[in-house]
Amino acid sequence: MSTAVSALMSEGRAVAQHRPWPRVVVSAKAWIGMTNALVEGRLTLLGLWGETTAIHAALIASETNEICVASLECPDGRYPSIGKAHPPAIRLERAAKDLFGLTPMEAHDTRPWLDHGRWKRGVEEPGAPPPYPFLTSEGESLHQIPVGPVHAGIIEPGHFRFTANGETVVRLEERFGYAHKGIETLMAGATIDRAARLAGRVSGDSTVAYALAFARAVESALEIEAPPRAQLLRALMAEFERLANHFGDFGAICNDASFVLIHAHCGVLREGVLRLAERCFGHRLMMDRIVPGGVANDLDTGAPAAIIAFIAEARTRFKHLVSLYDTTASLQNRTVTTGILSPTLARQFGAGGYVGRASGRAFDARRTPGYAPYLDLRFEVPVLTHGDVDARVWIRIREVEQSFGLIEQILNRLEAGPLTASLAARDEAHEGIALVEGFRGDILVWLRLENGVVSRCHLRDPSWFQWPLLEAAIEGNIVADFPLCNKSFNCSYSGHDL
Amino acid sequence: MRTLLLEGIVKAPLTEPAPTPDPAALAEIGSRVDAAAKKRLGRSLSIRQVDAGSCNGCELEIHALSNAFYDLERFGLRFVASPRHADVLMVTGPVTANMREALERTYMATPDPKWVVAIGDCAVDAGIFAGSYAVVGGVSAVIPVDLHIRGCPPNPLALLKGLLALVESSAE
Repeated sequence: MSTAVSALMSEGRAVAQHRPWPRVVVSAKAWIGMTNALVEGRLTLLGLWGETTAIHAALIASETNEICVASLECPDGRYPSIGKAHPPAIRLERAAKDLFGLTPMEAHDTRPWLDHGRWKRGVEEPGAPPPYPFLTSEGESLHQIPVGPVHAGIIEPGHFRFTANGETVVRLEERFGYAHKGIETLMAGATIDRAARLAGRVSGDSTVAYALAFARAVESALEIEAPPRAQLLRALMAEFERLANHFGDFGAICNDASFVLIHAHCGVLREGVLRLAERCFGHRLMMDRIVPGGVANDLDTGAPAAIIAFIAEARTRFKHLVSLYDTTASLQNRTVTTGILSPTLARQFGAGGYVGRASGRAFDARRTPGYAPYLDLRFEVPVLTHGDVDARVWIRIREVEQSFGLIEQILNRLEAGPLTASLAARDEAHEGIALVEGFRGDILVWLRLENGVVSRCHLRDPSWFQWPLLEAAIEGNIVADFPLCNKSFNCSYSGHDL
Repeated sequence: MRTLLLEGIVKAPLTEPAPTPDPAALAEIGSRVDAAAKKRLGRSLSIRQVDAGSCNGCELEIHALSNAFYDLERFGLRFVASPRHADVLMVTGPVTANMREALERTYMATPDPKWVVAIGDCAVDAGIFAGSYAVVGGVSAVIPVDLHIRGCPPNPLALLKGLLALVESSAE
């Protein structure tokens, strides 16, 4: 049976040095055919990024889970818009326009996205920035509430423009780019070491996942593999990171429903994970501990026992908190049926992580396409379909339980061995791509190595396909439930803004 | 819930003993707090946190200051929701071009006397992001800074030691 991916493959010209999945240079006609396949749901968009004279789309086939990258050369800086027919591409196209000047033809939304008129191609623009026209809402008794970029809590910068009728949100429009640091430009020409450090600072809460995705992309490009012990230690760090963030989110969601007790206890559990990370890997967030080729440091002999002891205690304490969440009516009253995301939208946007899995999309990059060592480990991918705040809480709870089990399996499999594989430098261009499951969802890293340095690297945060869905989930809810909905999504600002 | 609450009463607190103020921070902040301000503020300071473009790593550790182990409020320090209520602006990140104006306006909205604490290596000199077209620089490139707490990110104990230096200076 011919799938959408194999159709692209047969029509395009395959790029030789691209691993592990193929990249094909396609015609404008095939690009439009690909857009149709996205609209019809035969393909899901994994990423869309630009270069000076080309636009690339990473895709996964819905039925076969085949992955490929389609590239369209656009020497005149223009290409047929995907976003005009397939909304998940809109913000990615706007970003590619801001960063590389590539114009999506016939796109409906031509407003800049990351570019606030404060910089332009390497030079900061003087003078007042141009006004940003927000989308309009029409109707009686509507009022607008602007929020941000400086928020009331300890939160990253972003702007939310609510249009409300009384207490009910009629429209939410997000505006981002405030945390844009020009990371992809800093990466161009950087050594692999420096680029790895930058990748680890795309989104601080996912530093392990980003470092892992970057390392795997480098290793794919160079056709090497990290040694087995390093693969296991990487997964151990990734599960620590998932635990720390899920504990934090579970507590913070309850806190936003004014139930502080769970928040306080989750804060203790989260701190426990961070201290364990410090104990085992020498850094609370485990920054720069995963490096291309392997890992930066080993566990000492006492570490496994410390980990086992923590897991045993955390399991018991977490169980009490879950039971408290499940039996507190006032808390459930806030989370159940609040901020519902439909499975249709989750599927259309290819939403990853707990956002997708709480709305019926059973995608987990650890399983599909899968990578070492997860292919040999037993774990379940929890999926729910009711798509509300409560469902996103329960997905996190189930994932915490799975992470406990994964950590135990990882420790059981640890055997002595080398920690790094050497990176053989090559002069000709070779490209690598990786898809890694962070706590928030799947992170895509695509890069090209040339003359021993990174010549182009694109990092796609899961938030790109989750933030737009928050706008949909909040519609019809009251303004006061926004913090709760927002926290249940917990999208990244820095990871999105790059 | 009752079990959890009872345990909270019976069990020993998790809170760490108070660390001593960081001497380097004391030296940096010492001359910045004048007598009038000390008289007005005493030992209590309200903090408004502003993320001017960080990777969010520093925010995670700032959040940790409020957990049971570090319990920031026992030192008279608390986070507030508006710069209008603040004595201290706690700023993270390299300041991005897109956040510069928001940071300036937040600073202007904070009543005098006020202090600015720059958190993390990026807030000193833009750190690893230095040289980007989209980054203005460290916090002091945009607003005057009274105290730097370094680290990538600084851990909660380092944050606490720096902030205690600020409290000590304002209460001397």
